[in-house]
Amino acid sequence: MPAASLQTRDLTFSYLPGSPVLRGINLEIEAGTFTAVIGQNGSGKTTLMKHFNGLLRPQSGQVLVDGEDISRQPVSALARRVGYVFQNPDHQIFSASTREEIAFGLRNLGLNEDEVQARTGQTLEEFRLLPFAGRQPATLSFGLRRKVSIAAVFAMQPGLLILDEPTSGLDWKSTRELLDLLHARNRQGTTILFITHDLRLVADAIPRCLAMSAGQVTAHGATREVLANPAANGALKNGLPPVHQLAASLKDRGFPEDVFTVDDFSTAYHAAAAGSKPGGAA
Amino acid sequence: MNPILSVENLGYAYPTLKPDQPPEWVLRGVNLTVEEGEFLSIMGPTGVGKTTLCLALNGIVPHLTGGVIRGRVLADGLDTRATPVAELARRVGVVFQDPETQIFNPSVEAEVAFGLENLGIPRAEMRQRIDHALAQVGMQAFAASSPAHLSGGQKQRVAIAAILAMRPRVLVLDEPTANLDPAGKAEVLQAVAELRRSSGATVVFVSHESDFIAEFSDRVVVLNEGTVALQGSPAEVFARADELQAIGLQLPQVCEVARKLNRLQAAHFSFHRIDQARAALRSALQGED
Repeated sequence: MPAASLQTRDLTFSYLPGSPVLRGINLEIEAGTFTAVIGQNGSGKTTLMKHFNGLLRPQSGQVLVDGEDISRQPVSALARRVGYVFQNPDHQIFSASTREEIAFGLRNLGLNEDEVQARTGQTLEEFRLLPFAGRQPATLSFGLRRKVSIAAVFAMQPGLLILDEPTSGLDWKSTRELLDLLHARNRQGTTILFITHDLRLVADAIPRCLAMSAGQVTAHGATREVLANPAANGALKNGLPPVHQLAASLKDRGFPEDVFTVDDFSTAYHAAAAGSKPGGAA
Repeated sequence: MNPILSVENLGYAYPTLKPDQPPEWVLRGVNLTVEEGEFLSIMGPTGVGKTTLCLALNGIVPHLTGGVIRGRVLADGLDTRATPVAELARRVGVVFQDPETQIFNPSVEAEVAFGLENLGIPRAEMRQRIDHALAQVGMQAFAASSPAHLSGGQKQRVAIAAILAMRPRVLVLDEPTANLDPAGKAEVLQAVAELRRSSGATVVFVSHESDFIAEFSDRVVVLNEGTVALQGSPAEVFARADELQAIGLQLPQVCEVARKLNRLQAAHFSFHRIDQARAALRSALQGED
């Protein structure tokens, strides 16, 4: 699965005339990166992502996958390169069993049946879904249905994987497990875009970040830099992790402003403690 | 003093698909009480029966769901199995995760009025109750608006107001912020915190929001595998970090800070709220304010 890169040029889109949802997006996502996409509801995150697998087409501007304009590519051809996990698993799942749900997309790729079965088995194991392989997905819990919907897209091994709020409704343990799977896939080269509202998770586990507000990209880069960038404030409003607030209240004790994780905080505390010792550096 | 809610050895299984199937117990002997004026938070991994428990508090389980029930729930002294759901709705109000499934009226005002009409509240009193309930969640300016034009956080606050207007003795919030963006989440949590401060409402708050739970709860109950795994004050429950993580729950981030500093810096911090953390760290850094 060769990693896919992504570019947009002056991309605009509106559902209703006169109220643009995307307002001139110029973006470059390098192959093999893992990027969180953040922003309040209505900022255009999902609309932008739907342009990357052809569910929406640019009204003006361009979308390029691996340097190639995708405006004339059918959704079916794009599906080999771009995997999309929907926000609501029930919009995606329709098969009679978990095993069939995963095998379905693989057959559509035109793989031979041996390969379909091998990849299905491997994916069921990777996602710890083997005990539920024969179950009708509709009878599974929300958390498990979510896992099935992700597994089915994973199995197709797309070069670019887009996940729309995949951890909403998942508990902490399932969230960590999913992040481990994504990191493993990313190390093998898959480019990942991950829409989320959980900035504590972003700060802890996702290396890059794209902030959107009112149909525009307001900041894009290393997560730490985006979280510290005042231009990203619209996306960050009320969402920064508690350690950030705690560090801000200790600013007069020498805590820096870019504290976003427990590790950051620990480092800042160590420095402040060294500085406050009698005879220590001021 | 008698608790407002008393859950006694509650077991419950939903109806099975085939009559000869054995029941699958979702709740397996839950014991807990909620005292008047208390803010009780319930945490637990996905699928352990938190929503089922909420539905048992206002009698929807088992009146509307069927299935098998053991033990009992007393709501304001009434056994829920022997009390009609309409009667229980005056005492225990439940707000669900997704406001979209709960809101259906053409205006905010009509939405809040709906439950009151069902209770047979006189017109003049309805007006007063609607205004008060919308004020409690900071939505009075939207009384005439259509719910369709509201943000997620605003919709959820309307759903809470609709329950508050019925003046239940207990407000049960089942993952009220799970579907919201950070701004919406902050709005709803602020409304809940304000409600707590201004009216001393009795609240059962079911959520994964460990940071908020640590700040605002009087008591925390942790459900796992259909039963109460841990309960106590936030200080007691969040001190048991290893057990919480084994169950699959996230610690409040300031508790993680305490653990990290204790491990790396050989400190002895123990805090679960931001104000405590600030005070303890200031004092450790030899600041006298």
